[in-house]
Amino acid sequence: MAALSLFLDVPLTTEVNWLLDAYQQDPSPHKVYLDHRDCQTETGKAWDYPPVSQTLLQISTDPTLDHEDLPELGFSAFTRAATELALGRESRALVENRAGSVHTIGGTGAVRTTEAARGPWRCTWPCRSGPAPLSAPADSLRCIFQDVGFTELRSYHYWDTARLAVAAEEFLQVLESAPEGSIVMLHAPEETGLTPKQWEDVARVMGKKRLFPFFDVPAQGLASGDLDRDAWALRHFVAQGFELLCAQSFSKTFGLYDERVGNLIVVARDSGSLVRICSQLQEQVRATWASPTSLGARVIATVLSNPALRNKWKQSLRALVEKILLIREKLKAKLRLLGTPGCWEHLTAQVGTRSFTGLLPSQVAFLERSHIYLRPDGQFSLCSINAHNLDYVARSIHEAVCGSV
Amino acid sequence: FSLAAYRTDEGQPWVLPVVKKVEQKIASDASLNHEYLPILGLPEFRANASRIALGEDSRAIKENRVGGVQCLGGTGALRIGAEFLRRWYNGTNNTATPVYISSPSWENHNSVFMNSGFEDIRTYRYWDAAKRGLDLEGLLQDMEAAPEFSIIVLHACAHNPTGTDPSPEQWKQIAAVMKRRFLFPFFDSAYQGFASGCLDRDAWAVRYFVSEGFELFCAQSFSKNFGLYNERVGNLTVVGKDADNVQRVLSQMEKIVRAIWSNPPSQGARVVATTLTSPQLFAEWKDNVKTMADRVLLMRSELRARLQALGTPGTWNHITEQIGMFSFTGLNPKQVEFLIKEKHIYLMASGRINMCGLTTKNLDYVASSIHEAVTRFQ
Repeated sequence: MAALSLFLDVPLTTEVNWLLDAYQQDPSPHKVYLDHRDCQTETGKAWDYPPVSQTLLQISTDPTLDHEDLPELGFSAFTRAATELALGRESRALVENRAGSVHTIGGTGAVRTTEAARGPWRCTWPCRSGPAPLSAPADSLRCIFQDVGFTELRSYHYWDTARLAVAAEEFLQVLESAPEGSIVMLHAPEETGLTPKQWEDVARVMGKKRLFPFFDVPAQGLASGDLDRDAWALRHFVAQGFELLCAQSFSKTFGLYDERVGNLIVVARDSGSLVRICSQLQEQVRATWASPTSLGARVIATVLSNPALRNKWKQSLRALVEKILLIREKLKAKLRLLGTPGCWEHLTAQVGTRSFTGLLPSQVAFLERSHIYLRPDGQFSLCSINAHNLDYVARSIHEAVCGSV
Repeated sequence: FSLAAYRTDEGQPWVLPVVKKVEQKIASDASLNHEYLPILGLPEFRANASRIALGEDSRAIKENRVGGVQCLGGTGALRIGAEFLRRWYNGTNNTATPVYISSPSWENHNSVFMNSGFEDIRTYRYWDAAKRGLDLEGLLQDMEAAPEFSIIVLHACAHNPTGTDPSPEQWKQIAAVMKRRFLFPFFDSAYQGFASGCLDRDAWAVRYFVSEGFELFCAQSFSKNFGLYNERVGNLTVVGKDADNVQRVLSQMEKIVRAIWSNPPSQGARVVATTLTSPQLFAEWKDNVKTMADRVLLMRSELRARLQALGTPGTWNHITEQIGMFSFTGLNPKQVEFLIKEKHIYLMASGRINMCGLTTKNLDYVASSIHEAVTRFQ
């Protein structure tokens, strides 16, 4: 046998978990991680949705259920319910039978499956080496696109770091100057803070420039507390007749992070196109995970289709939204009390589970030296803040800002 | 008969009793939460899954040169392995590296490697239709002729679709050629325990290659042996020269996983890990697996006996010599069509039959139908 390893030249990469790794390796008892992907309670445990635990228990004792393979495109009771949740039952696309869905492994799986399939669609949709995806500050999406071969990835921002507000004008300008046929990733539209009027403008420009909308919805219901309101942008685009994709994730809204439940919605020009597109997606699925996982989808389908459970679930969502609003208020209040320089209105003006602190990279670096970990662009997860760390976080932000004034 | 899932003697899907027990335990365990699993998966699952494949006293495990990546079923494990090899194996040749898949093989093998970017997918001879057995000579010739460093997809046991496995002696010959030609073994292990009823016996080939010093991948599926088809439980076992190599490989695999499914799903992995780490549950599971394997073995011997009793033309010992879920009956397309159309017995055009479709109630019918097919159509 060869003495040297076949893997000798494989380099070590540490880029995947760098922030979490740094946090975990920090020995300080005061350390705080502000980049949680999950929503937590005050005690740092995962936010509990009672209908979910209830349904899980019921499923585990249900003698009629088995573990037979799901179809490649997934559990249809789930995909139907999920798609209706996003598009609205009365959606044109549903009525005209040109909206389809693929049950995927989380939101990541949804994006990956589509973009990997894009090669074969060369004639209909923008091809791989052509116009580039534009993506909002969501780097997890970036690595998917890079991996499947897109070479021209451009960024846009809807958040103005100087004015600490939504920068719709700049966003529109970026769209105006984008090459025709570009794919535009619209990540967490419910959390961006764009008004319906601004979304109408976005749609108009995208229609004019023939830009392709790819929505990524991780938190429908967690921005405003209202499922329909959070889906406004997506539904507007559909109503305007766009062909589009939408990757839904149910990790946050059902607290089922580890069951990886996602749904990819395809809205096509007509049912014929839809069939062709879905067959391409099916092929991608077959060569990646063969068929999706059942448990999470079963839970969600059960909850969404049972009026009582569905109501309880909506109540839970609203409770979480209220908690997030409270955290925003408290953080802003603390900073005011401390007399921290600058305006902190943006903390309560933004909605959703994640927000921009408005901190500069140098201030973020200061925070890291104070054992508080967040992304270099100052984005953080609201749910990472609780009664135990609020004071420390507020004080540290205060020091970071004062130190750099 | 064309589905790839186990069925009871009543023709029903079977949720393993141990699985049901563990699932209830998990659902009522208030200490468990639903946080994301690490990207590489549930640690207890990965370690124990690899242990099952390589054995309790595996030197490679003791020498800390084994790693595991929890994946979405066997398909997911094959995919991650292929994506890794496409990026990092064989110098700058990567996508031009030939990948050899047995002829015939599970249809999806081709798709997985092709979608991972490999440009040169070839076959190696495997099934001898005339002999109704392994074409060892053809196989060895193809391996001799394979370019150095080619990737060879091997079925660990219960070859799909032929049900025909090399004997230990034949495996030794295969390993010798592969060693000499620097060919990379990529095992697909979807039926460990399910084939012979014995976990160790079904892992013999993989363990032999490890003991011969090979670096290799083994894509494990727990769909069949745990009956957890729809929870997509798989593990990619990586065996390297030393711990450092394995660590670097795993770090790159983590990067690959992040851009495909980000983190794997928890339920199936938890069921398997819980079972494998409890001596009592582990014993129960082995028992459940043996139940399935024994039923299949019984159906094989019963079918063969009936065909021989009927005096059906041809030889039928391949039915009991083959192993696992599938059997290559050797029936030709005309005979298959007759069975499907006239007898409502659904098998693949290749003549592949799923032995789990046989029950004590339909054995006679199936045997006499095969007899009719063979005598009426040549």
